[in-house]
Order: sequence, then structure tokens, then C-alpha cells
Amino acid sequence: MSSTLSGLDLRDVTRDDAALRRFLSGLPGVDQVGAEARAAGLATRSIKTTAKAWAIDTAISMVDLTTLEGADTPGKVRSMCAKAVHPDPSDLTTPAVAAVCVYPDLVETAVNALRGTTVQVASVATAFPSGRAPLPTKLADVRDAVAAGATEIDMVIDRGAFLAGRYLQVYEEIVATREACGSAHLKVILETGELATLDNVRRASWLALLAGGEFIKTSTGKITPAATPPVALVMLEAVRDFAQTTYELRGVKLAGGIRTSKEAIRYLVMVNEIAGEQWLDPSLFRFGASSLLNDLLLQRHKLRTGAYDGADYVTLD
Amino acid sequence: MPAFEYAPAPESRDVARLRASYGIFVDGRFRAGAGEAIKTVNPANEEPLAEVAEAGPADVDDAVRAARTAFDGAWGRMPGRERAKYLFRIARAIQERARELAVLESLDNGKPIRESRDVDVPLAAAHFFYYAGWADKLEHAGFGPRPRPIGVAGQVIPWNFPLLMAAWKIAPALATGNTVVLKPAETTPLSALTLAEIIAEADLPAGTVNILAGGPSIGQAIVDHDGIDKIAFTGSTEVGKAIQRAVAGTGKRLSLELGGKAANIVFDDAALDQAVEGIVNGIFFNQGHVCCAGSRLLVQESVIDDVIAALHRRLTTLRLGDPLDKNTDIGAINSAAQLARIRELTDAGEEEGATRWSPPCELPDRGFWFAPTVFTNVSPAHRIAREEIFGPVLSVLTFRTPAEAVEKANNTPYGLSAGIWTEKGSRILSIAGKLRAGVVWANTFNRFDPGSPFGGYQESGFGREGGRHGLGPYLA
Amino acid sequence: MAGTVWAPTLPSRTTSDRLRVRKTYKLYVDGAFPRSESGRSYPVTNPAGELLAHAAQASRKDVRDAVVAARKAFPGWSAATAYNRGQVLYRIAEMLDGRREQFAAEVRNAEGGSAAAALATVAQAIDRWVWYAGWADKYAQVTGSANPVAGPYFNFSLPEPTGVVGALAPQESSLLGLVSVLAPIITTGNTTVVVASRERPLPAVSLTEVLATSDLPGGVVNVLTGYPGELAPWLASHRDVNAVDLTGVDPADRPALQQAAADNVKRVYTPADEDWRSDPSTARLAAFVETKTVWHPVEV
Repeated sequence: MSSTLSGLDLRDVTRDDAALRRFLSGLPGVDQVGAEARAAGLATRSIKTTAKAWAIDTAISMVDLTTLEGADTPGKVRSMCAKAVHPDPSDLTTPAVAAVCVYPDLVETAVNALRGTTVQVASVATAFPSGRAPLPTKLADVRDAVAAGATEIDMVIDRGAFLAGRYLQVYEEIVATREACGSAHLKVILETGELATLDNVRRASWLALLAGGEFIKTSTGKITPAATPPVALVMLEAVRDFAQTTYELRGVKLAGGIRTSKEAIRYLVMVNEIAGEQWLDPSLFRFGASSLLNDLLLQRHKLRTGAYDGADYVTLD
Repeated sequence: MPAFEYAPAPESRDVARLRASYGIFVDGRFRAGAGEAIKTVNPANEEPLAEVAEAGPADVDDAVRAARTAFDGAWGRMPGRERAKYLFRIARAIQERARELAVLESLDNGKPIRESRDVDVPLAAAHFFYYAGWADKLEHAGFGPRPRPIGVAGQVIPWNFPLLMAAWKIAPALATGNTVVLKPAETTPLSALTLAEIIAEADLPAGTVNILAGGPSIGQAIVDHDGIDKIAFTGSTEVGKAIQRAVAGTGKRLSLELGGKAANIVFDDAALDQAVEGIVNGIFFNQGHVCCAGSRLLVQESVIDDVIAALHRRLTTLRLGDPLDKNTDIGAINSAAQLARIRELTDAGEEEGATRWSPPCELPDRGFWFAPTVFTNVSPAHRIAREEIFGPVLSVLTFRTPAEAVEKANNTPYGLSAGIWTEKGSRILSIAGKLRAGVVWANTFNRFDPGSPFGGYQESGFGREGGRHGLGPYLA
Repeated sequence: MAGTVWAPTLPSRTTSDRLRVRKTYKLYVDGAFPRSESGRSYPVTNPAGELLAHAAQASRKDVRDAVVAARKAFPGWSAATAYNRGQVLYRIAEMLDGRREQFAAEVRNAEGGSAAAALATVAQAIDRWVWYAGWADKYAQVTGSANPVAGPYFNFSLPEPTGVVGALAPQESSLLGLVSVLAPIITTGNTTVVVASRERPLPAVSLTEVLATSDLPGGVVNVLTGYPGELAPWLASHRDVNAVDLTGVDPADRPALQQAAADNVKRVYTPADEDWRSDPSTARLAAFVETKTVWHPVEV
């Protein structure tokens, strides 16, 4: 356990499939019951008043406001971008979100709508969500999105290859995607629901980090389970341990199934106590979400006014 | 100033419905004890909580007599199915008053509200639920076709889990048809006396359960009393031995749950992050005031640096402070006396040459507090490796091979519990089979369940509490 | 002259200013109260022949739907902690106890006898629930074991619930017998489809109201009223039913059902007549569990 994490030359590890497999299998196992218990323990933290206000604003600033539907249109995307910049027209002190997240063919619309703002444009790519297409097609997908102005790319790994043990193939695809990103940053979607075990989540996290992903991301949001506390725990431990070994800071994005402020705040507690406060920043932590934003706004209202709100008091995207 | 500062999140003190004074519970009624009236204190700030009119020797006589009458009469003649329903009532009432009991426990004991709320009180209710179900099934429990109760049980419990220890004692005693005279610890009488209210409201026949607040002399009076047929004691090994001597030749039945110096063994292939949680839970849960605490960490030497680094990092997120704050992880030490003992032993640890470390920790000015402490470079010959500290102090030793781990783990007169951290199943089973400990936790620690028998080997005591086995000590 | 015309025998009229709101007796499937998909019902009378109410007359499709519901509920119920199951069962007893008088009236209507006898029967039924509730987290301790095999292996045996159990409730004892059949099945984690007594189904239906208000997940217990002679063969032959309890089936009718059950090797429980007032043994708990034995080497 110790020799694999402290000061090993990680280029050796990716020399070939066998070396990579040995490295990944040598990572400490994850005891699922223990991980779930730790996550549940962190969920008992009671975050009130000033701490809650800070957490809500921080969470808003970490949202990647997302629309990834077959029925998306330029109109839908423009409307969402307006909300991304001014989530609450009745309170302009509300922070803007970190980014919007759209399909590649709508990147141009988003870029135009967000010009001059702080909100980034993230695009899914690599035959999202399944990832089942030849590599050249997946890379072309990336290049198109980057050419259209996306500053962030959310790729999917080949889960079939991972589960079949072809780790080097997964690694090399991520490396190639990173190259195709150019100056855009890369988030690597592990699709943890399909990886099934926490051991796999740990291994896939390390694999993506070794391959150069700036962020590891839980899910496409198209299947359940998506982001869950034990999965988030293991991924935060991975970026923490990776930073300790390589001195490089990488981020975590939780996507899929996070709908309430309560959940978001619990995840911020987890970031705080597992990875550390450096990660409490949109440059290292994101929520991929759509309905979460409105619940954050409702909670923000409640803290300000003292009364519970209803859906009519926040805008549609 | 940290980026994410958790604001105070106090549980409301009013929920505890603290009274100005509490009496003792004898023969179905509350009354002032004939002994001293003491003030029980909140160890977090040394403020008095309530006055308690402690029992005197005459109260002990009354209680034992009432328990005998109830045993010969209403309770002793009652069919198991009816006894069961009384115990179910008590369980339900504990659940209903759960928050009240949790806050009261944290005020009187000093433990964090999160623990009393999430561990102590739910387990106490569960214990009554579990044993309620045995009351009418004793012939199936493996003790013969017609198991009989012993008679009047005298029970003396410690201050570390006041309500839970009362549940562990009373539930099996009543389920098997015995009657009870119980004395809570002198520094933590309030939750037991509130349990007495619950028992009264459940309408148990008078004298079935009697609860007497008092100090060591009252405990002695109960142990020595001729009218007591069976003694159950949880506390220090030193007092346990004294009780065993006192009972010798009297024919009284005895069960003891005493101290420990448990070894928590971490192998090189352990799931490291969960093992660290297990280490932290093992020694810092309840401020280390746990007989089965994992107070000796035995780490495979090849991974000692990684484990200690991860442990230190983890300890910096522990929050010490107001027990009623929902975010507090480490509460107050229960008394000045206990704090003095912890300090004496940790000073000794430093003198003996071990390396002492604590995370940065601000201790409140008033109250009894001790920062979580880790000693590395500890040798088996050090006092801090041998003696039970009963505080948030971890002693770390190393081992080279599984056999050496077992040898070091067993090298103690105690034998209450142990922990094993490894991903290899066969190793868990092998090591568990070799450890001289009544409870072995593998890849977890400090897990309790009313169905799981708990108790020690050797100087950690004898008899089991919990499970089917927990009936044995209360059957003739 | 015209022949005599049939008319129902009605209980004597009670004069009162206030008209009662009469209960409709329906099936209990998947936590809801549907009528039979066949739309049929049949009259239920008291021992004097007076009409009490009409009950739903379930069909084979209701059996089919009930089995689907029971199967769906099985993973959750069997995976619940034993403590949790015990809590739910105890809550059922709480709800029953709160409705003592209502059930005594129902039992008296169904079976006749004195008011005192009916109350005593209901009290026993409640106490029986409590007895079984207390078994949930103990049964494995009494029947499981660590087996000292000859070799370096840890070997243990545990009882596991068998799955979906089809049960034919006693024909005569409309509450106490029913409870004595139903409780042990679900205590150990099985789910069930129960066919109530043909002539005396109403206490069973009222019992389902208690079940529905006791945190019992929908589908764990499903109760069908109607003609057991019509419904039992469908349960006995159903391949997604793991066991059948033939308590309420006349011994003469059992062989045919046992034959049908053999098609998927169902476990078949065919008890002798029981006096429901006596304390039960653990036989009914044992009838619907499987024993799983696991080996693991012991070495460093």
C-alpha cells in the first residue's frame, strides 16, 4: 500500500496494460460498509445560519447548469444561459453559476449568449452518454465542441473496456481526448453507476487522473444510481491522495440525482472534511445539475426572509 | 479562519425537562433518599444541573424487600407473555422520549449529543425490544424446557453509558422474571432516574424495579445485602475484583463486565481510509470512555508511516466542544477525577519516551476537557500500553507478522475486545480465532446490537450481555 | 299461485336517528384496496344466516396480480433488518389492540358466541402477534449455527426466507387462526398471498386495514376473499410461488393441490388440526425458511 502512493514514478505505471493493472489493483481496497458509515456520519453535520448562507452561495457558484435532452433547442439553451448569469432576477446579489453544460451542437448558441460573462461553456462529447463509437468519431466530437468555443469538455470513459479489464485502452482514450481538448479543460465521466463497486470507482478515478483529466465526474445523469455519498467520498479521497503523491490539484464533479440544497450542503461538508478546504472552489468542485439551482434559490430566500417559499418564486430555466 | 466555518448548531437544552431535584425510586414510588443530597454537575462547564437525594442504607433495605415481595408475588407469578408486554411498553416509551433522554444524557455525562441521540438512546430502546421478545420464549433459548429466574438482582452500573448500561442490566433481568435493585453511577444519575419514571408510567408492579442514586457505599450495601441473589456489575477491574471477593462463599450469582485495553490490529492490506475511521471510532468515540475502546493500535510495521499520516490528517477534522452542539465529535471528560487520571497516565507516557501528538485543539476554559492524543513509538513495557487510561488517548505499537500481532494483542490480563483490519477473509477468521477477547470486530469497531453477546475474557470479566447468551446470567 | 320468492335474511332493524355509513369489503393487494378484477362479490352471513355484507369474490387474475405484488415486495422485506421487521410486527399489534372492540364485534358476527368470548379471542390474537414479533430477531439465533466441521474452515448455517408463500387461512377461526397462520410467514421475511375463510372473511379484511396502517410495506401481505376452492389451485400451481400453507384446506382436497405444487417443487405445509388457543410451537416459523450453509477457510 505505501510504496504505490508515495513518490512512485507514475509514468512507469502506465507503461503497459499489466503495469497499469498491477498499480490499480495495488490501491487500497474500499470497505463499502465502512465508506457508507463515514458518509452517513458526515451527513449528521448540522449547517445553520451563517454557515448555511455561505454554503448555499458557494454551491450556486459551483453549479454547472445543465440541459442534455434530445429536445433541446437554441431557445431552450438561451433561456438557461440567462438564468445561469442571473439565477434570481429578484436578487441580483445571487452569484452566477460556474458553467452551463450542453450538447456540442448547441455550444455556439451558449457561447454567444454568455459572451462577456464569467459563466463557462462546458460541452459533453465522445458520443455522450454511452461512449459507444469508434475513437476517431469521439475525438471529432471533442474537436467540434472546442472549435465552437467550449472551454470545458465532459467526456465519458469506455465502461465496457474498463469492466473487461482493458485499462490501458481506457487510459489511452482519455489521453487522446485530453490532447483534442487543447486549452479547454477535461472532465472525465466515470459513470459510477455502471462501475458498480467502490473499488472500481477508486481504480477508475486514479486511471482518469493519471491520464490527465482535470476533473473526475461521477455520472452522465442518464442512469441511476448517479452521484451518491459513498461514491463522492471515494472520489474525493482519490483527488486528495493524488495531490499528496503528485502535488497536482484535480477536481471532482458530482452529477445526477442531486436535487436539494440539503444534499448539496452535505457534499460540501464532505469536500471540506475529506479533501480539504482548497477544494471548496469552483475550480476544483462542481455540481452538475438542473433542478438543484431552484432549490438553492428557495433556501436562499428562506434564509433572507425567514419564510418557506414555493415554486412560483423562482424562474423556470 | 477556515473557509467553511460551521456555525453553532445547539440542540435545545429545554428538551431535557431538567428538574430542580430528583429522588430515588423504591417500591413503585419516588421519594427523597435518606442519604446525602448531592448536586450533579454538567462536566462541560462544571455548572450544577440538579439536586439528587441519594439513598441511605435503609433505602437499600426497603428496595431489596420491595424487590423480594414483587418477585414472590406480582412479577414472579406473571406469565412471560405479560412480562413481555411491559418490556415492549418501556421500549416504546424510550423511543417516544428519545430526544429528551439524549439531551439529558449529554448534559449529565458530557458526551456529544450526536452520540447520545444516534447511539445511546436508540440502542437502549432496542435492548428492551429485544429482551421483551424473549420473555415468553425462554423454553426455546437453549437453557432447558423450564428456565427459572434467580430472584432479586442487584445491579451497579458505570458513568460512561448511563442509560444504555441501565437498559443492558434491567431488560434481561426482567425478561427472565427477576426483579431489580439498580444503582447508577454517582456522577450520572439523571437518565436512570428518568428511566424510573418511564417504568412507573408503564405501570410495572411496584418493587419490580428499584433505582437508587448513590455513591460507592450504596453500591457496597447492595452487593453485601443478604436479600440479593444475583449481582451484575459493570465498572473497573479493581472494583470488580473487590466484589468477587465480597461475594465469595455467599452463594450469590455474579456477572462482571470490567475494563479492557483492546488491540486494534491494522494489516498492510487493510482498506486504509476505513481502517483510519475504525481507529478514530475505536478510541475517540465517547471520548475513549469505553471499556472496549481500541486503545492500543497495532500497525504492521511496513505501513506505519502511511497509517499515522492518514490518522493525523483525519484527527484535524475532529471537533471538540459543547456536547449539546450537533457538530461536536469530542465532548467533555466526565469528572475531575477522571481527567486527573488521564493526565497522570499521559504524563507517564511522555516520561517513558513515547512520542506525543495532538491535533490543534482549543479547550474551553471551564469544564473537564482533554484533547485527542496519539502516542507513537510505544513499547509493550510502557504504562500507556498496559494500563487502561479510559480517555481519548491512543497508544500505537507495531508488529511484523500476524503471529506477532496476536502475541502482542494477547499480552495483557484484559480480554474484552479487539479489532482486525485486513481485506483477507481467511485472515480475519484465523486471527479472530486466536485473539483472547470476548468481542472481535473485523473491518469495523464499536458496533453494538442487543442481539450480539458482549463480554470479556480473563480480567475483563465474565458473563455476556446481549443475545441469547445474555439470558444465562439471569437464569437459575 | 306463484312459488315462494328468495329473499335475504336480514338482521333485525335497529331504530336510530343516525344512518350508519356501511363499510365496503375489498381485496388487499400491493398495499391498496381494489375490488376483484372480475367485478364479482358474494354475500357473507353470520351463523344464523343473516346477511352481514358482501365480500369481493377474487378471481385467478387477482391471484396472479397478488403474486406479482408479493414477489415485488420480497427483496425489500427480506433484506430489512430483523429488528425492523419486529418493529413493524409489533406496530401491527399496537394497531390491533387499539381496535379491540371493533374486532370483537367482527369475530362475534362471524363466529357467534358471547361478547366476552369474542374479546378473549381478539386478546389472544393480539398476544400472538406480539409473540411472533419477538421472534423476528431471535429465530436465526435459535436455528442457525456455526458448525464445527473437520478442517480449517469456518462453516455457518443461517435460515433465509423462502420467498412468496401462498396461504389458505383456516375456515372456522376467522381472526385467531388467521393471525396464527399469517404472522409466522412474514416474521421470517417471506411475503404472502392469503386466501381468507370462505364463510368468515370479514375479520380478515378488517385486519388488512390494520396492516395498511402499520408501516408494513405494500405487497408483503396480500389478502383475497372469495372461494378458496376456486383460488387455491391457482396458487398451488403458480411457478412464482415458493411454498403453500394448506391449513384452511380440507384434508380431502389437499392431495390435488400437493400434486400441482410439485411442478416447481414447492414447499408444502400440511398441518394437522390445531387448537388455536394453545401456545404455538416454532413449526410454522420453520416451515418457510431455507437453510444456507457457507464455508470459508481459516488461515493467515
